[in-house]
Amino acid sequence: MLNAFYHLLIRDLRLALRNRHELANPLIFFVLVVSLFPLAVTPTAEALQSMAPGVIWVSALLAVLLSLDRLFKQDYDDGSLDQLMLSPNPLMILVFAKVIAHWLLTGLPLVIVAPLLGMFMSLPADAVSVLVYSLLLGTPVLSLIGAIGVSLTVAVNRGGVLLSLIVLPLYIPVLIFGANAVDVAADGLSVKGQLTFLAAMLALAASLAPLATAVALRITASR
Amino acid sequence: MWNWIQRFSSPKHFYGMSAMIIPWFAISALLIGVYGLYLGLFVAPTDYQQGESYRIIFVHVPAAWMSLFIYMVMATSAAIGLIWQIRLADMVAAASAPIGASFAFLALVTGSLWGKPMWGAYWVWDARLTSELILLFLYFGYMALQSAIDDQRSADKASGLLAIVGVVNIPIIHYSVEWWNTLHQGATVAKLDKPSMHIDMLIPLLLMAVAFKLFYGAVVLVRTRNEALYRDRNRRWVRELIEKL
Repeated sequence: MLNAFYHLLIRDLRLALRNRHELANPLIFFVLVVSLFPLAVTPTAEALQSMAPGVIWVSALLAVLLSLDRLFKQDYDDGSLDQLMLSPNPLMILVFAKVIAHWLLTGLPLVIVAPLLGMFMSLPADAVSVLVYSLLLGTPVLSLIGAIGVSLTVAVNRGGVLLSLIVLPLYIPVLIFGANAVDVAADGLSVKGQLTFLAAMLALAASLAPLATAVALRITASR
Repeated sequence: MWNWIQRFSSPKHFYGMSAMIIPWFAISALLIGVYGLYLGLFVAPTDYQQGESYRIIFVHVPAAWMSLFIYMVMATSAAIGLIWQIRLADMVAAASAPIGASFAFLALVTGSLWGKPMWGAYWVWDARLTSELILLFLYFGYMALQSAIDDQRSADKASGLLAIVGVVNIPIIHYSVEWWNTLHQGATVAKLDKPSMHIDMLIPLLLMAVAFKLFYGAVVLVRTRNEALYRDRNRRWVRELIEKL
């Protein structure tokens, strides 16, 4: 079982690394969207700083949302998703491996590039480190919840808009706590509560979302 | 027991049964609603702080309650449909969603109408209004998924699973919004000192809540009947119904 988990993880990573430009797309999108905001408002340090947490978090959310497609789409199209479902290993575990691969390929790069964007938006240094922590805890939740949405819509024609309609309301708690942590940190207050909440959501999502995704994939496959 | 449930939940049996129940729901909803509105609009005392405009709560609060209640009904019947493969439960879930969305919308509209004289603006990012808005989005997601999938069985299953995922999320969303609001806005906006409610206001409110529930009962039965007719349009019992016309 662990063997299957490991091999699937490696397979997904390898497939993605052979297609590098696609890998960079969410990251470029993230940087691009965030840098649009200073252009749209008067870029004074105070104005930027006050909107930075929201802007960076919403952009990260959208970047993850746009990248969700590749979680199952290709496997669905070429039939390897059906093969996964036929395997004797619990589907939940396999789903978990795919989600982790997805996070390593999209969530983690966002986390790494985030300090740069914090600098763009003239966030103080303390807030930048909190931004990194909050994204580190929050982006896996986005991948986990998103997996449920993709598995429900992967077989639908033009499912992109539908996917965002389904998934975005479920992202709201993560957005609230993530952006708020950065906001509070910029004011120099303690963010233990917010980060703990994000960690709790991660624990909940990691334990329940793969289960729901596995059920959703079976529903999709039964059509 | 199982056979009994199977027989009772067959769309054909339901179609006959519901025709008898609907008038009862509809008439009692009408009577209780009219009486509740009369008590609320004419008998209940004027609020010393909010004047007459508080009277919108007799529509607003029951509508908000209903929007949550219907989501629960929807998710429960979706779960029943998903687990025990009872088609009628899927139909009830599908029939409930637009009603719940309408109630959520009604709660939002009445809330903002109340907000104009109270807060001086039609829309304030108040915690409860915001979670009501998110609830409306959850309904939209359910309905969009339901209509996006052509095959009825898998549409039911997929949107049912989404409804269940939504139920897990509703408390999280609700509390995070509440928490977000207290952090952002403090006690400046929504904290009009709420006096514990006078009994003359409470009774019409509860009557209206009962009337709304009965109204939902009537409407969901009608909608489920239509759903049953539509989905079973090629089955014998519907054909026979049509031939009798």
